[in-house]
Amino acid sequence: MELLLASGIGVLTAAGIYLVCRAQTFPVIIGLAFLTYAVNVFLFAMGRLAIDAPPIYDAAVKTYTDPLPQALVLTAIVISFGMTALIVVLALRGFLESGDDGVQANEGGESEGGRTS
Amino acid sequence: MADAATLLVLWPVLIPIATAALTAALWRSPAAQRWVGMASLMLLLAASLALTYVVATEGVVAKQFGDWAAPFGITFVADPLSAAMIAISGVLAFAVGIFALSDIRPRHERNGFHPLFHGLMAGVNGAFLTGDIFNLYVWFEVMLITTLGLLVVQRGRAQIDGALKYAAMNLFGTILFLIAVALLYGATGTLNMADLARILPGMEMSPGLTASALLFLAAFGIKAGVFPLFFWLPASYHTAPIAIAALFAGLLTKVGVYAAFRVFTLLFEMEGGGLREIVAVVAALTMITGVFGAAIQWNVRRILSFHIISQIGYMLMGLAIATPVAIAGAVFYIVHHIIVKANLFLLAGAIRKAAGTDDLRKAGGLLKSHPWLAVLFLIPALSLAGLPPLSGFWAKFLVIDASLREEVWWLAAVALLVGALTLFSMSKIWMEAFWKKPVLVRATPRRVPVAFVAPIVLLGAVTLTIGLFADPFVEYARTATAVLVDPADYIAAVFPEEGPVQAAGTAYPGTANHSQGAVE
Repeated sequence: MELLLASGIGVLTAAGIYLVCRAQTFPVIIGLAFLTYAVNVFLFAMGRLAIDAPPIYDAAVKTYTDPLPQALVLTAIVISFGMTALIVVLALRGFLESGDDGVQANEGGESEGGRTS
Repeated sequence: MADAATLLVLWPVLIPIATAALTAALWRSPAAQRWVGMASLMLLLAASLALTYVVATEGVVAKQFGDWAAPFGITFVADPLSAAMIAISGVLAFAVGIFALSDIRPRHERNGFHPLFHGLMAGVNGAFLTGDIFNLYVWFEVMLITTLGLLVVQRGRAQIDGALKYAAMNLFGTILFLIAVALLYGATGTLNMADLARILPGMEMSPGLTASALLFLAAFGIKAGVFPLFFWLPASYHTAPIAIAALFAGLLTKVGVYAAFRVFTLLFEMEGGGLREIVAVVAALTMITGVFGAAIQWNVRRILSFHIISQIGYMLMGLAIATPVAIAGAVFYIVHHIIVKANLFLLAGAIRKAAGTDDLRKAGGLLKSHPWLAVLFLIPALSLAGLPPLSGFWAKFLVIDASLREEVWWLAAVALLVGALTLFSMSKIWMEAFWKKPVLVRATPRRVPVAFVAPIVLLGAVTLTIGLFADPFVEYARTATAVLVDPADYIAAVFPEEGPVQAAGTAYPGTANHSQGAVE
């Protein structure tokens, strides 16, 4: 269980880092999404792993799972989902404006001119 | 718990949130949005000053949401540092609001300028007030999403490109921040900052906690724009309309600096783990790269963007030295800098309006056509460079004095050198835009609207006040530092009846019955 979870986080992070280092917008977005997943699972694991244990108090039960990380992960998922949606729209708009998916597509002089609108 | 003083903590967040909702409801009428927005900014200013007054007279104020006792509910805490930040951002928002009346075009207003502006203020104030480390993440995201919206209200290719770089870098910072929070929770089992401040001193710096501290440093470094993580800042700030850029320049990076001060005074010690050395080197490199980056630029807004970075270095310098004197100096520095930097951006807007361009090589002759603008420019420009008797002099004096006392000579030398180079940069703007003969001869000089001048005068007056009557401000910074260095007041405000300190590392299954007990 621990090994599975740890290697899962590791693979997600590795894939995310690799994609973020690409020089195109779309892979970077996907990479950030992967990294977010990795962090969410990591956050969840920080409440310690407990199998078949309820998160809510019950007099009959001895062991519990920590409910707080689950709430945190839920918040993080919702926020990162909204964020990803926003960035995808931004990137799409940028792609449609420039016809180019490069991250450093327009450095320097061009951005000076683009401000006149 | 519901007396007026504790409720006062909520207003700086509630007012902008309500305004954001209201202006969004008035989507079709930019004129109504403008009026509602101005009224709300006045209310916000009044509420912020009232909060600062209460904190200055009565000490730290805390509010538990829904009356869930800490550490189980979410806590808002206003200590002298947060209160000062709230007050100064209230002043800034008011000034920028006036400037925006004439700077933001109706087309941009229809793209949602007003709701986003007030949403950003809610995020910034929330980040200053929250007493919960995970809640800080939520406010960071509120800030990030509204910032992105504001960056692209003017929908050009340059804006979208800048926004994408901004988003990618800041999201990465957020991810680092979340990992740090997770590690911290895994080690301590709590997210309430006051609770953490009670638990952490009794714990050993395990590898997990060290990693957490370093990740916090990196995450706040990205938000604050320190070396080598600042590339998003000059790539995006100059693309936004002036009013928005001024707001960003004044507030956004300073939220990162504030968070670093909060975490590295309240939660982690600067001693040990090489943290001090790292921060000192980063601070020096940030100052140097920022000021040299500015030296080669010719666009006013780009010059100013790079100067944000170099000035962040001075604040980090205070954190690196970490003596009470140094932290007080840095607190004073942050307050002074927010006003001065935003004012310079507003002036860049006025120069652009008067000269018709941002490019210093094409501008010129403004001294003759707009002499008063030249004077107004000198106030924040010389203050930024640190000339007496302006506020920047005291700020730099306090920080450098602290580093000399600790005998960190090299850092003091770097700070003085960067100050001189800042003066060079500011005089470059002055020489090129005001002094030099105009490149293109224009028959009638362009007028600068009153809505541009009024906030510039207001912020200039604040700078002069801080400079000429520095004593109460320095005294206030010392009070703020006293709470930062010894968090007993902060903890006492959050835990009024000082319950028993929970054993460290209670994150194991079984924590749940604690919280259950608190509900009943």
